Amino acid sequence: MTDLFYDASPNATRIVQSNKAGREYPEKPDRVVLFGTCVVDLFFPEAGMDAIRLLEHQGIQVDFPQNQSCCGQPAWTSGYREQAESVARAQLALLDTGTPVVVPSGSCAGMIRHHYPGLFNHEPQTRDRALRVAENTFELTEFLLNVCRVRLQDRGRHRQVALHTSCTARREMQTHHHARGLLAQLSGVTRVDHDHESECCGFGGTFCVRMPDISGAMVADKTQSLSQSGADELISADCGCLLNINGAMNRQNLNLKGRHIASFLWERCQEGS
Amino acid sequence: MTQSIPVTNLDGDFKTRARHALDDAQLRNNFRTAMDGLMHKREQAFSDPQEREDLRDLGNRIRARALSQLPDLLDQLEQRLTANGVRVHWAETTEEANEIVHRLIEAQEGRQVVKGKSMVSEEMELNDYLAERDIECLESDLGEYTVQLDHEKPSHIIMPAIHKNARQVARLFQEKLGGELSDDIHELVGTGRQILRQKFMEADVGVSGVNFAVAETGTLVLVENEGNGRMSTTVPPVHIAVTGIEKVVANLRDVVPLLSLLTRSALGQPITTYINMISGPRKDDERDGPREVHLVLLDNGRSRAFADAQLRQTLNCIRCGACMNHCPVYTRVGGHTYGEVYPGPIGKILTPHLVGLDRVPDHPSASSLCGACGDVCPVKIPIPELLQRLREENVRHPEDSEAAVAGAGSRYSNREQLIWRGWQWLNTHPRIYRLFLWGVTRLRRLQPARLRPWTDYRSAPTPAARSLHEQARNHMRSKS
Ligand code: SF4
Repeated sequence: MTDLFYDASPNATRIVQSNKAGREYPEKPDRVVLFGTCVVDLFFPEAGMDAIRLLEHQGIQVDFPQNQSCCGQPAWTSGYREQAESVARAQLALLDTGTPVVVPSGSCAGMIRHHYPGLFNHEPQTRDRALRVAENTFELTEFLLNVCRVRLQDRGRHRQVALHTSCTARREMQTHHHARGLLAQLSGVTRVDHDHESECCGFGGTFCVRMPDISGAMVADKTQSLSQSGADELISADCGCLLNINGAMNRQNLNLKGRHIASFLWERCQEGS
Repeated sequence: MTQSIPVTNLDGDFKTRARHALDDAQLRNNFRTAMDGLMHKREQAFSDPQEREDLRDLGNRIRARALSQLPDLLDQLEQRLTANGVRVHWAETTEEANEIVHRLIEAQEGRQVVKGKSMVSEEMELNDYLAERDIECLESDLGEYTVQLDHEKPSHIIMPAIHKNARQVARLFQEKLGGELSDDIHELVGTGRQILRQKFMEADVGVSGVNFAVAETGTLVLVENEGNGRMSTTVPPVHIAVTGIEKVVANLRDVVPLLSLLTRSALGQPITTYINMISGPRKDDERDGPREVHLVLLDNGRSRAFADAQLRQTLNCIRCGACMNHCPVYTRVGGHTYGEVYPGPIGKILTPHLVGLDRVPDHPSASSLCGACGDVCPVKIPIPELLQRLREENVRHPEDSEAAVAGAGSRYSNREQLIWRGWQWLNTHPRIYRLFLWGVTRLRRLQPARLRPWTDYRSAPTPAARSLHEQARNHMRSKS
């Protein structure tokens, strides 16, 4: 009977190959495609530009296909699959070039990497294309850390920052690890924790307009814990969350602002910053 | 501290109830404190993340395998239980289940029933059904007893009275039961116990739920911490267990990992104080136990969920409550806001199958899809994925014949369809999209300062002066 309990001992430590064994990274390429995402396009273009600068600084040529638009996530998470498919199909046609795709947003990168293939289960050809693109898509911080293996030279003054990671980015792209890894390279930057750090900021795409009061309560708690963290600045790799948190902090007249990590890193690496 | 005990607000729709809950500082504090504690306990109970993930994988496989053989396992369960002397009854609807239970009580000329904690009996609204027929049905779980005293519904599937703090319970006990006011937990438990002991002795019938129904051996497994479950199932002469058809597992060996997952995910316990394994009524040479044991197996929409390969995963659930403990929405609005028996993430994916999506059309949208629920679910139900699927079902055309859930299409709206078609058109026509960017960035100062509901809690975001498309194009040009 003893083997009845084989899997149930509370703290058994066994070495088992995790099925989530990380991703295998390629050598640094000469060229990448930047997929900007719609929120960056309209509200945080400087983050996109700083991503381009960071990549070029690594000796990589960056293409920005002018025909790109949105990854399709808003329709997809709202239940409008047909519309999401159509928009995703258009991006896939553009991105399926064999050149690595870098995305300055964890949740959009996750959409392309983890959800595009499933969207086209009924269309084998598009599905193959989606699988190819998915395999070749990287979130910006992941790409800088694990593909470029950057060594950042911090030239800025001492600063304390808090890091917020979008929930999907954390789960699907491990963006919290990558962003922490990059921030840790900056000698003048201290990353401070904030209360309930891994809790959702309440953005959730259309959630924030469908359930405004709940979303409002969530972002209010988030800004409160951020303002109590002692951080001078908020850093995030996700502009959806930034739009939400910044909007709330501005409304509450808090002396704290969030910035995309690309802009922060680029600034830190400039002379006299 | 407020003086009055907050009354559960069950009026209005989901959003109205949510607003009431959000405004209730005491309620929010009760939930946040309790949920923080539970999250911490769970984390401690799974101190080895590798072991936790392996066990969750195993739990998922066991449940998926059981569901894949569901009809056969149910047949086997009925055979084995019958051979063990347990009478098995099938109910397609809650109405049928209530009738069966009522008939069984009437056969005993029973007037008093004690009940162990059972969410399926909540689903049936058994207490009310019996009360209307002059049968008293007393909750014997202390949390359930507390909400019953206050004419409320449970706000959590594991801790029914979690919306109240000790002081509020104390005041309730004093008001309803008299005696001294004490908010010492042990004294409160003592008061409850005294009353319940007496009732166990007097009861004609005991009702309970089931955590796992084991097909191979015909065993009903019931876990609990207070001993009330054991009392309800052994002291009265007749025991009626009620459960959903999905609770069946193949064999006892499967129960072990599931049990470990259940107790550690629910309250961070390595094991519960009581594990009852019921395999039949009192035998002739035995001195205690009930004379009769019955099992009522309830469908109530489960077989329809079962028919859809994706939605079927809902039935993996072992009702540990971890998804609600970790849910940022549940933590803020509490269980009563959901307005149905099962709150929180599991409630959002399960309730549509039980009552129809049209009765809970806000359920699928009441999530930021943050995924905390799916990350902690011990049997790895992809809750965010299922929520999203239900969103699709929600906005289908009501006459769409492919609908997989009863009441699908209740959020179909021509206006929204039009908006998303427009969005699709914009995002698949690059020239138009760029023109749109150009226009929005040039006219950005014309944007109204109030963009409700966004600006209820935030300032309106101002579009940039130049889009990334434009800046990148200029950048590339200047380089070449
Ligand atoms: S859905 Fe998962 S986490 Fe939620 S109650 Fe069920 S088993 Fe527990």
